[in-house]
Amino acid sequence: MKRRVAVALVFGLALAGCDNTQDIDKATQYGPNPNLPEPSRALLPRMNVAKVIGWNSGETPSVPQGFRIEAVATGLSSPRNVYPLPNGDLLVIESKKDAKEPIERPKRPVMGWIEAKAHGESAGPSNRILLLRDSNGDGKPESQTVLIDHLDSPFGVVLIGNNLYVADTDAILRFPFTVGETKVGPAAKVCDLPAGPINHHWTKSLTASPDGSKLYVGVGSNSNAMERGVDAEMNRAAIWEVDPATGAFQVFASGLRNPNGLTFYPGSGTLWTVVNERDELGPNLVPDYMTSVKRGAFYGWPYSYWGQHVDARVQPQKPELVKSAIMPDYGLSSHVAPLGLVFYTGTSFPAQFRGGAFIGEHGSWNRPEPNGYKVVFIRFENGRPVGAPMDFVTDFLKDGKARGRPVGVAVDKTGALIVADDVGNTVWRVTPAAGT
Amino acid sequence: MAEIVARTGSRMTSATGPLYLLLFPVAIVCFLLALVTDIVYSATAFLMWLHFSEWLIAAGLLFGALAAVVLLIEFFARAVIRAGAFGWAHLVLFYAALLVELCNAFVHTIDGWTAVVPTGMTLSVIGTILAIGAVATVFLVPLVWVEHRPVRP
Repeated sequence: MKRRVAVALVFGLALAGCDNTQDIDKATQYGPNPNLPEPSRALLPRMNVAKVIGWNSGETPSVPQGFRIEAVATGLSSPRNVYPLPNGDLLVIESKKDAKEPIERPKRPVMGWIEAKAHGESAGPSNRILLLRDSNGDGKPESQTVLIDHLDSPFGVVLIGNNLYVADTDAILRFPFTVGETKVGPAAKVCDLPAGPINHHWTKSLTASPDGSKLYVGVGSNSNAMERGVDAEMNRAAIWEVDPATGAFQVFASGLRNPNGLTFYPGSGTLWTVVNERDELGPNLVPDYMTSVKRGAFYGWPYSYWGQHVDARVQPQKPELVKSAIMPDYGLSSHVAPLGLVFYTGTSFPAQFRGGAFIGEHGSWNRPEPNGYKVVFIRFENGRPVGAPMDFVTDFLKDGKARGRPVGVAVDKTGALIVADDVGNTVWRVTPAAGT
Repeated sequence: MAEIVARTGSRMTSATGPLYLLLFPVAIVCFLLALVTDIVYSATAFLMWLHFSEWLIAAGLLFGALAAVVLLIEFFARAVIRAGAFGWAHLVLFYAALLVELCNAFVHTIDGWTAVVPTGMTLSVIGTILAIGAVATVFLVPLVWVEHRPVRP
């Protein structure tokens, strides 16, 4: 009898951690004032990692009525980003994280084993940039060449004049390159980027100021909530401003846990980014976001989220710094993992799309109900986001299994939306159904 | 049986009992040390100590799980252990310690301060108290000698 009481007590204690389920509608987390429930941590973290099954021949994601979607290239090796060139050539950045993170706690190998499920198999060589040439703009490239090989987990690419800048995980590289050619000149290093033995968030997003005088590179954090210590986060969780001529850099904005999709709003000097916020505070916390980035601003990570909401996991806390934390512009709901952002500068889509944002949401693992796994569209008015996100490219997830996962997004010369699908090993192209 | 052993002066040892006494203390020491490293972490906020706690609890659970299986075998195989109240007390205390430390391992996976303060440390204290209880009772469980060693004439 005594034994039963003891066992019941222990189980009661075990279950007590699972009470708070943050039962809110995720739609309340869209926009400038997302609903932020209390942090909740179940005894066992609530995870749902979608198994990758890939696309069968002929299968595509879904697009709204009035649009059609086709594969530009299939059988790729983890294409993470796309960069259309002015002449219609399309760069496809194939990229993988090669290095393993150190095992400093028993949680790491367990999580690594679970998360490996979310990354599909792709046998071919990766970490290179392909050039797809589609001279007649029909979305079916006639040729595919390897433009740059043997890169180190590249992600961001930007062309300034006759220089192609590539953000490897550990450095920004410059390649002499003339649009129209299928070869680059020898690489020169612009500056080193934080990579090192941990390199948790490894994608380095890259863009240039409208006048081409500065580079902006996103450097994600080395941890979820600084659980690897403050030293591991030196100049991380930040956007750097880099002088492309000298490689000199300064931190442009900080407290951005994992900023990606760096891009200037068309016709403005305003830099925008999408940010992956922190995990393990519950299925509906913290919302990932899209925001304009103010010079010198601090966006909270790791000490606080969405302004001044303190994260109790971080010790010692920094109340003075938290006071200075500013709120991001637009919540996307929690754990959608936005990795790509592009403003629609084409003219082939209907008028409502012009100047609006497409966001590639790689998809969640840190909540029971999957979130993300789609490309959403957010309308802009006067350079500001308005309304709720609209599902634009969907059905990457089917019956709880991932056929693909969208990452980088771009708009090509014809005004088509291009989507890199890393686990689907495909690049997708969305055009108006009427034809291009 | 007991009379035979007593009369002939031979002694019989259990095979699994000594194995239990090999595994059980490792688990206990791990749990005790995890409480120490929790205390140091709560005093310093230096993450290394949190990681020490995590590994110690994990190691304690590994050895503890093996010990728990051996103890169960002992219970099934030997009526003399089942018959005594101390055997039951020891089993309940040790299993309860393992359950608490299993919860503690999960709590310790939190990324930072709240892995220890306050819940993790509380569980470490409860787990350690139960573990000490298990140590206090283990000497009263006839694990090694199947029968008492006969007294020399």
